[in-house]
Amino acid sequence: MLVLFWTDVLIFLLVGMVVIFVLYARQREHLRAPWRAVTRSGVAMGSMVVLGFYITIGLLDSIHFRPALNPDEGNGQVEYAHEILSVFDWLVTPLRVRGEKTYSAPFAAYLYTKQTVELADGRQQRQFPRLKYGARHLSDPKTEKTADIVVTGVLGAVKGLVIWGMVCTVLIAGLGKWKHQSLRLVLEQMHAGQTAVRWRSMLYTLGVLMVLCFVAGDLSMKYHILGTDKVGENVFYQALKSIRTGLVIGTLTTLVMLPFAVLLGIMAGYFRGWIDDVIQYLYTTLSSIPGVLLIAAAVLILQVYLDNRADQFSSVAERADLRLLFLCLILGITSWTSLCRYLRGETLKLREVDYIQAATALGVRHFTIITRHILPNVMHIVLITVVLDFSALVLAEAVLSYVQIGVDPTMNSWGNMINSARLEMAREPIVWWSLLSAFIFMFSLVLAANLFSDALRDAFDPRLRQQR
Amino acid sequence: MIAYIVRRILYAVPILIGVNLLTFILFFVINTPDDIARSQLGDRRVTTAAIDTWKRSHGYHKPMIYNENAQGLGKFTDTVFFNKSVRLFGFDFGRSDSGRDIGYDIGQRMWPSLAIAVPTLIVGILVNITFGLFIAFFRGTYIDFWGVVTCVILLSVSSLFYIIGGQYLLSKLFHLVPISGYDTGINAFKFLILPVVVGVVSGIGSGTRWYRTLFLEEIGKDYVRTARAKGLSEQVVLFRHVLRNALIPLLTGIVVVLPLLFMGSLIVESFFGVPGLGSYTIDGIQRQDFAIVRSMVFLGSVLYIVGLLLTDISYTVVDPRVRLQ
Repeated sequence: MLVLFWTDVLIFLLVGMVVIFVLYARQREHLRAPWRAVTRSGVAMGSMVVLGFYITIGLLDSIHFRPALNPDEGNGQVEYAHEILSVFDWLVTPLRVRGEKTYSAPFAAYLYTKQTVELADGRQQRQFPRLKYGARHLSDPKTEKTADIVVTGVLGAVKGLVIWGMVCTVLIAGLGKWKHQSLRLVLEQMHAGQTAVRWRSMLYTLGVLMVLCFVAGDLSMKYHILGTDKVGENVFYQALKSIRTGLVIGTLTTLVMLPFAVLLGIMAGYFRGWIDDVIQYLYTTLSSIPGVLLIAAAVLILQVYLDNRADQFSSVAERADLRLLFLCLILGITSWTSLCRYLRGETLKLREVDYIQAATALGVRHFTIITRHILPNVMHIVLITVVLDFSALVLAEAVLSYVQIGVDPTMNSWGNMINSARLEMAREPIVWWSLLSAFIFMFSLVLAANLFSDALRDAFDPRLRQQR
Repeated sequence: MIAYIVRRILYAVPILIGVNLLTFILFFVINTPDDIARSQLGDRRVTTAAIDTWKRSHGYHKPMIYNENAQGLGKFTDTVFFNKSVRLFGFDFGRSDSGRDIGYDIGQRMWPSLAIAVPTLIVGILVNITFGLFIAFFRGTYIDFWGVVTCVILLSVSSLFYIIGGQYLLSKLFHLVPISGYDTGINAFKFLILPVVVGVVSGIGSGTRWYRTLFLEEIGKDYVRTARAKGLSEQVVLFRHVLRNALIPLLTGIVVVLPLLFMGSLIVESFFGVPGLGSYTIDGIQRQDFAIVRSMVFLGSVLYIVGLLLTDISYTVVDPRVRLQ
């Protein structure tokens, strides 16, 4: 049975909007030109592959359903489980269900803490027990483990490389057919990096990702590759689940604030007069409250609100989702002002331009002037802001969750991972794997987003283009 | 000049009223005082009598905006709105929900915040300008390229990791400074080193990149070409001409954050256990103390507006071409 969360609906709405924008931009040369500049940049295309990888996982994690219970007994009535899963959960079921008792280090065969174990002859002894799932297949982990990890890893890497090779072949064949060139020529151009789209860097990044995926996947069937957390949940699984939270915060926030910022910014610049005064007053007031404090106040209030109405939600996941959505809203409210200010300034400039003066003289209605002439000409500012904001928002999520004004504590997020790991910093030996996993996943996402947005800004910002 | 300042201050009044109204709506309309009392008393099944007592002792029992039962001006002053919101204009913060005097606490906790924020700002600016100039000097070379790449990498790391990493490296591994805590007077010094270092390092990425663009923008201008044409060496061009002119946008960017230094940094202070205003706010959030959070929101906005005013004034001081009207 399909379950729809609010954020799921909005995510797919966003995907739909992106698809429409791509179709729209394909028709128009002035929009295609900057994108061609982006595709010529190797760094940008490589980052795009990484972002695509994250987005795929995020989207798979956004289709939620309730699994059917005991489908064989089917006497007409199908019972559904109370637990809500996503397609991604279902794909990585082994990671999800193989929990241990408590902490265990990456690739460990034994638990992190000593426990009292009853021996065969009835005596009790304090020792590190073997893990239920991690390295279970080995009879003597001390001697066999390293060799087993290497063999499994290499096999995984080979699998990844083979599949990558297949993808490359299909791509080269397809390109050759499309451009009516020999495969050899296509391969040579690609290798020299002379293609209009930088396939080389895309394929190399894809290759690295594929190898990593298959190595991680194969090893995960036998070990907890990033260890387990306090309640024995697989950290690798948590880090993967956190991707959706990060993406939702980074994208939905802008989606929520965009209509306000665009509408008010253009209105202020276009109509001027008292409308301008009111809108300026509005955003000056909002932006004069320091962002963190406004978010803190709003989340605090939301928390009290939700706590007092706890019985109105059917599940914890639903409540967590609603809180995530509200967090996006609040972040959106605090961050729309700068975009609004930019758009106002740009519109003020645009309304004096000849073609808009001409349109006004011809008696074109305000609405038409705004949608037909002004909006398309400020779209690049909107695009740049959206992409630039993304990485800042992902980082902000972690900080806010740390101060406990971020996402719900039950929700998987990098901030919550860091927060729970921090409490164990004083332990000896130190529990480092949650921190490391959150770091790796967050860093690669933010870095890819930063590199991509830099390339995008260079391509779209005419002022920067002139300087080169 | 004075007329301009007066006008700007007058202009700030409606904004502050707006901020005040907004926080009032946030705090008292979305959640009624009953909700606040319930969350403060901890249990959702508290008796109405207990709620009433709590509201009475904290002054939430009065009508919201208009009091029909009072006399004269009291119709407006004897309300929650007047007592909790309007009084903020006189910096009368009242008492927190746990009964402490907020104004006194703010006065006490301001100093640790400043002790961390001021050195972080100054050292940070010096470090960033140095790196920015260095990269601008080698523009178009491998140093420039890898410098920018390093900046992007540095600014992609979450500030939480800088703090955790700093604590682990300097305190746990090398035992150079205490992990966290604070002390008064001269003893505070050893507690200040780590937060300041972490603050400076975490700002290098974005700061250096920003200053590099500023310098490169200046380098492209005509007067720099003139200076080179006169035969000045690259060092003189950079330090005497470019740096001085780039200082204008740089200084004004700094002035706007100056007043906010009082507020401290929420994350850094709570991580390092410094009893400043940042950790005060965080404590308020975690104890769900509405009075503290509301006061801090208001104080923050006032300081921000002061910062904007200072920025405008500093423009005229640094750059005589700018005329205020």
